[in-house]
Amino acid sequence: MYGGDTLIPGSFDYLAAHSINEAVALLDQHGEDAKVLAGGQSLIPLLRFRLASPAILIDINRIDGLDYLREMNGTLHIGALTRESELDNSSLIRERYPILFDTSAVVADPVVRNWATVGGNIAHADPANDHPATMLALGARIVAVGPAGERVIPIEEFFTDLPFETTLHPNELLTEIRVPAPVQGSGGAYVKLERKVGDYAIAGVAAYITLDTNGNVSYAGIGLTNVGQAPIKARNAEQALLGKPLNDAGIHQAADLAAAASQPISDTRGPAEYKRDMVRTLTVRALRKALARATGGE
Amino acid sequence: MSTHHISVTINGTSYEGDVDSRTLLVHWIRDTLRLTGTHIGCDTTSCGACTILVDGKTTKSCTMFAVQADGRQLMTVEGLEQNGKLHPLQEGFHEEHALQCGYCTPGMMMSGLALLQHNPSPTEHEIRVGISGNLCRCTGYVNIVKAIQYAAEKMQAAEEVPVSAGQGGE
Amino acid sequence: MATEVHAHGLGEAYKRKEDARFIRGQGNYVDDVQLPGMLYGDIVRSPYAHALIKNVDISEAMKVPGVLAVITGKDLDAAGLAWMPTLSADTEAVLALDRVHFQMQEVAFVVATSRYAAADGAAAVEVDYEPLQVVVDPKKALEPDAPLLRPDKKDKQPTNQIYHWETGEREATDADFAEAAANGVVVSQEMFIPRIHPAPIETCGCVADFHKATGKLTVWITSQAPHVVRTLFAIVAGLPEHRIRIISPDIGGGFGNKVPIYPGYVCAVVASITTGKPVKWIEDRTENLSSTGFGRDYHIKAEVAADKDGNVQALRVYTLADHGAFDAAAQPTKFPAGLFHICTGSYDFKNAFVEVDAVHTNKAPGGIAYRCSFRVTEASYLIERMMDSLAYKVGKDPAQLRLQNFIKPEAFPYRSALNWTYDSGEYEAALNLAMKNVDYEGLRREQAEKRSRGELMGIGISSFTEIVGAGPGKHFDIAGIQMFDSCEIRVHPTGKALARIGVQTQGQGHETTFAQIIAAELGMSPDDIDVEHGDTDTAPYGLGTYASRSTPVAGAATALAARKVRDKAKKIAAYLLEVGEEDLEWEPGRFFVKGTPGKGKTIQELAFAAYTNCPPYLEPGLEAVNYYDPPNLTYPFGSYICVVDIDRGTGEVHIRRFMAVDDCGTIINPMIVEGQIHGGLTQGLAPAMYEEISFDEDGNIRGGNFQDYLIPTSMETPHWETDKTVTPSPHHPIGAKGVGESPTVGAPQAIANAVVDALSHVGVRHIDIPIAPWKVWSILKEKGLTSD
Repeated sequence: MYGGDTLIPGSFDYLAAHSINEAVALLDQHGEDAKVLAGGQSLIPLLRFRLASPAILIDINRIDGLDYLREMNGTLHIGALTRESELDNSSLIRERYPILFDTSAVVADPVVRNWATVGGNIAHADPANDHPATMLALGARIVAVGPAGERVIPIEEFFTDLPFETTLHPNELLTEIRVPAPVQGSGGAYVKLERKVGDYAIAGVAAYITLDTNGNVSYAGIGLTNVGQAPIKARNAEQALLGKPLNDAGIHQAADLAAAASQPISDTRGPAEYKRDMVRTLTVRALRKALARATGGE
Repeated sequence: MSTHHISVTINGTSYEGDVDSRTLLVHWIRDTLRLTGTHIGCDTTSCGACTILVDGKTTKSCTMFAVQADGRQLMTVEGLEQNGKLHPLQEGFHEEHALQCGYCTPGMMMSGLALLQHNPSPTEHEIRVGISGNLCRCTGYVNIVKAIQYAAEKMQAAEEVPVSAGQGGE
Repeated sequence: MATEVHAHGLGEAYKRKEDARFIRGQGNYVDDVQLPGMLYGDIVRSPYAHALIKNVDISEAMKVPGVLAVITGKDLDAAGLAWMPTLSADTEAVLALDRVHFQMQEVAFVVATSRYAAADGAAAVEVDYEPLQVVVDPKKALEPDAPLLRPDKKDKQPTNQIYHWETGEREATDADFAEAAANGVVVSQEMFIPRIHPAPIETCGCVADFHKATGKLTVWITSQAPHVVRTLFAIVAGLPEHRIRIISPDIGGGFGNKVPIYPGYVCAVVASITTGKPVKWIEDRTENLSSTGFGRDYHIKAEVAADKDGNVQALRVYTLADHGAFDAAAQPTKFPAGLFHICTGSYDFKNAFVEVDAVHTNKAPGGIAYRCSFRVTEASYLIERMMDSLAYKVGKDPAQLRLQNFIKPEAFPYRSALNWTYDSGEYEAALNLAMKNVDYEGLRREQAEKRSRGELMGIGISSFTEIVGAGPGKHFDIAGIQMFDSCEIRVHPTGKALARIGVQTQGQGHETTFAQIIAAELGMSPDDIDVEHGDTDTAPYGLGTYASRSTPVAGAATALAARKVRDKAKKIAAYLLEVGEEDLEWEPGRFFVKGTPGKGKTIQELAFAAYTNCPPYLEPGLEAVNYYDPPNLTYPFGSYICVVDIDRGTGEVHIRRFMAVDDCGTIINPMIVEGQIHGGLTQGLAPAMYEEISFDEDGNIRGGNFQDYLIPTSMETPHWETDKTVTPSPHHPIGAKGVGESPTVGAPQAIANAVVDALSHVGVRHIDIPIAPWKVWSILKEKGLTSD
């Protein structure tokens, strides 16, 4: 940035992988020298600002069959290369996974969404990205393929407490995200407060609940966007909801706990105190919306 | 730095060339191929002045390497006019005064095109969502919305197949 | 000067002639220019806001394949070009010599065979800096122990204060305030208008092409004022002016950002002269936001003295102006604070006094830009905020308070307390129309009802007076050049015309509107009149387009040049028809003999005759030129009403409705005027709610790219509603006043006033812009008004 016309990236070697195995083999070969190029909407800007300078770029966009949305046997399988715009346009997502529909709709802008991938949004592990909070709320699982084969990582074990860091090994490729299919009495919502379209969240809250036949909460997942060093799972808030009906008092109590779980910093989006209060407000709104969807109100 | 030989179809015409791995698609289109209708307005993938279609999808061409376009079908603003006939979007932008300095216009029209291909009868809100990745400083967007509505009506009336990448002409 | 308005051509929503190339992607912007053998320049910039330069090592950069040269401050110094004059009687560094004064300041210029090589070369230049204490607070810059930021001019200016400027009557104003304090009402408010940036979608750049063999320098450049650039290049660089050709081709937005001469331009010219090859320099967005001409950064204290009924008596204003490291503000030289003293606005103040202290800080240079009419945005903002404050103080509705204080129509031409002579105005009519259009009474009822239920709704008014069309040469000059403007028209034998003007569009539609002016005067079709500008080899001398001056000044020149053409055509008609001139009448396009309408000659026939059958006592041909020195500025005005609803949970402000009533005098093309208003309103919305450039205490910029500097998208921008009144300018040949900046001048305070209005019932009187959700929420929290 202190020297660079139209922000020209530094040098790197470009390799295109045409299969998962090829990609994994390349990652295994080059290790920390390599970075995966998926949508590129986060990575290429980093390269242009020379904030990242990998020696090797492994383009995985040529791998066939990595973009899909398949609901099978109680699980939604999302191929890692599924573009955000495919979620925008999917009636399956809109009707059965509105929390995901909420999420993809607020990722960057519609042009970026044609290339940005769900896998990339999660693997990049920017605490400001939107899908991590939603996946935490959903209790998703991440499928990673390495030289030794496939392993499944629960989402709570995927992010570390540092930004841009995951428990993926350097020679592993994120290939699929698995989301539990909705059961009777479940509903979720993602609410993002942003200064303008295309900005990162001032704060974002994903809430997913399931009510049992008695109307008590049997599952609660709450994820927070951009209010900490990493995506945050608001465990205390979740716990406080379990085993009780989801009423306004309960919603507010959970919201307070979610706010307490956040660790925002003050910046141009607002003081930390404001962001923490927004976590509270957005948790209330997300839970109310989740409840309405769970009870067929929306 | 690796170099790569690429073959790309743009507005129905084949182009070949050798590019460095880091050559941005927008620079290859503008500086090498001299298709200068696609513009550069920022460095953070924010403004959309560089928007083109890649395999039918709007793409910020500053955030893609030229080598990634190998084997793909691209469309730029130069491909809108077919056989001397303006596309309804171009007509609409002119009729509705949807451009002033003209710099965001090519990218804006490409986003409009993609929107109408997907949603032939968009509401004002849907249009505004559809162009929310393209910044304009001159027009305040009101007339751009009208221009896209104009094009939508014209295209519906003519029952034209919207122009897509790879359909004849230069 | 009589105001004649012709029906044909004026007032038509003629579709734009320039569209044809833009909708095909065939505009010719500077970065589209590619010349054989062209080289590329790239700039090495300082990461530090304030530091000594110990060493600049270019050796590694010179090893980068494709890099041909690296120009440093020392190299320029040898040619006397390390510093250059600004448009505000200061000097600024072209390339830093011994120290840097702001983050991203230019330190070296790399010349290479490709963009990419130039970037690699710039990344390889090694500079040793010794950081110095940084000053980003203008108040701190004035403290006695502040480091001296400009030791280069310490003999002339021993502190960081650049100037003190004042105007008005201090004693009479103070007396009015004393009286008001005793028997009337005084309202006072501090306001900070932060630094913002015009950010046109096309950044700045140039291609400099020097031909050794001919000694001719051609520069394609993003400039709103090509002739001024040519003259300044001649004076500063010592190049012969007749061998400099400046070409402003198509320009992707200017908004004042493309008036100054930037170091990159100078370096590109030097590089071209040195290498004998064309050199292209195009800045990226980060460079544009971080180093080129910004706007605002005014710390204002405003006070209004009024009687108990809210009739205004006096205005007192103190401003601390932060100009950054160099005072490079682009403005008429005799007005260091621009036209800020229009700040009595639309109201009949008896007395006023304004003081401005300007100061250096470690920030990018500049000061006047962003569609501001030379500080009129700041002036209008303060007075409209104060009128609302006064309204709340005396318990009157803000609309009523304005109506009672407006300068009355019969008072025009009106001499303000700060010595501006407003040409014409009908302020009441504009505000009444806006109020009627939004059902103002209904909105106030709705607000009261909502308030009783705890909902926060606000209505904001801005009844601004603009001052544009700089200006009379006696008072207005840019770098010494009087601010006239020009038009030259040549009618060809077959009745088509070519006109060249001294102003420079960046999207304002001059190729259409100026053709319409001529079309109206000559009764021709605008399609038969092509308008060119921007090439200093062919266009008559002009001062360029900014501060909404094109229509008031060049538009007048154009009408008058067309009338000269018509006058000559009349003489030819008299000759051909064998009558005296006094026996001829004119209807659009034709002279005919009075009483015998069938006996006439069309303008096309007369053009042909000018070349084929010219009266022996006249020169052949049919052309004319006019250089117009305006007798006064023009004063467009308007009333805007904004309705907002506030989300008590998040502090977000939703603009429900925005009604803009504008009066720009005679309207040349209503479609283009409306487009200007839409765009200007959007660039008024942006500073009101989104845009801000700020600095941390180390001088690191915040808002230096489009991720952080928030340009509104189609989603944030409301559906603007527009209406108009028409009050011609009595001194302008076609009564036109200009309109481009009225909306940026008028809009921000309409929005700010609306937000304050929504909270006025709990005692809120001011919120500094940009009104971000967190700011509103902080107030809600303080007042116990937050909710879910």
